[in-house]
Amino acid sequence: MSIRNLIDITDLTVEEIDQLIATAEDIIENPVKYQDACAHKQLATLFFEPSTRTRLSFESAMLALGGSVLGFSEAQSSSTAKGETVGDTIHTVSCYADIIAMRHPKEGAPYAAAQFSEVPIINAGDGGHNHPTQTLTDLLTIHREKGRLDNFTIGFCGDLKFGRTVHSLVNALSRQSGIKFVFISPEELKMPDYIKETVLDKDSLPYEETASLEEAMPDLDILYMTRVQKERFFNEADYVRLKDTYVLDPEKLVPAKSDLCILHPLPRVNEITVSVDRDPRACYWKQVKNGKFIRMALIMKLLGIRV
Amino acid sequence: MNIDSIQNGVVLDHIQAGKGMDVYKYLRLDQLDCPVAIIKNARSGHMGKKDIIKIDSPMEVDLDVLGYIDSNITVNIIRDGVRVEKKHLKLPRKLVNIIHCKNPRCITVAEPQLDAIFLLSDEDKHTYRCAYCDTEKRRKL
Repeated sequence: MSIRNLIDITDLTVEEIDQLIATAEDIIENPVKYQDACAHKQLATLFFEPSTRTRLSFESAMLALGGSVLGFSEAQSSSTAKGETVGDTIHTVSCYADIIAMRHPKEGAPYAAAQFSEVPIINAGDGGHNHPTQTLTDLLTIHREKGRLDNFTIGFCGDLKFGRTVHSLVNALSRQSGIKFVFISPEELKMPDYIKETVLDKDSLPYEETASLEEAMPDLDILYMTRVQKERFFNEADYVRLKDTYVLDPEKLVPAKSDLCILHPLPRVNEITVSVDRDPRACYWKQVKNGKFIRMALIMKLLGIRV
Repeated sequence: MNIDSIQNGVVLDHIQAGKGMDVYKYLRLDQLDCPVAIIKNARSGHMGKKDIIKIDSPMEVDLDVLGYIDSNITVNIIRDGVRVEKKHLKLPRKLVNIIHCKNPRCITVAEPQLDAIFLLSDEDKHTYRCAYCDTEKRRKL
């Protein structure tokens, strides 16, 4: 059997994503049924870049499946600090683990890793490029909140240029029917042309681009907020100028729909005020929780384990 | 002007006029020890003018490289003074170590020993994308 990796969200078919969501929802309902599913299996979490949620949710997911975890949480504590290549690191770790989840600041590092690995590779975020397991988390949350993955208007707000979670989610939703995309960003952080050309224009999917969150708000069924990421800028002055372009607060939510679903991949800095957390439309803490369950489903799938 | 016909070798025909030297460099024909003739601005029925390269030695031409450079080029294989095969090119689906990514955030820039892989993304626009980071590269000779 050939190794299955998850490098890009399109590595999974729409049907496979539906199955993963169904499995995750079953895990939520019946956690005990899955508690030994990955007994004696080991997950390596290789984080060459800092993370709280993604790494811990992967580790929590594997532990909840009865497996164990090993790895590192910063490049400085691995041989990368000595100049070891991604290929050699992966070659080594695939001798010790059954599956690898990796985050790396360079775009395409997981694609490179897959060329050297003897076990499945999961992309846990590669620079400003892709973040497919966050997308699975987002899709599970949308499904649980809206009961469907089609026929809605979704607004993406903030850093759409380097927002890897945005790129992966747009890619995934482009395969559903009846989705209208609204891209809300400053000029400097607009959605990259390659996403518009290869994902949206290719199938003539409708989208709007605007700089005004206020104008877009009344039409949205889902609002996906993002952080302007300091670590993606070569020039700090640009970051300082752009970081507080959008701040979602209760006042801005006044014209929004009553069943709006507010998502954010987190961490947040200033782009959503803490007072919004009390609004029932805020779903980002549910997203955090869902991240563990969908990763449990994914680990089982890539290891070929069925319960 | 007389250019001897070749006995055993390869003739690259229908090269866009003025681009013969670029093809010569891309295929690294300077490294060959055999006679190589570049004919510039030869008359052509349907192209007006064209360049031609004659290589007087049997050799394997990298059709992927040539297809990427210009898929209108025809490759003629000559044996004993007779054309035994005429190959038409097409844009290759995958390019390995022919072009390289310029995105400073791409892993292939940080680790240049990795294979540089580009995949055809739009045949009409002759567009390729880095398999690692999706950075676009339009074919440019």
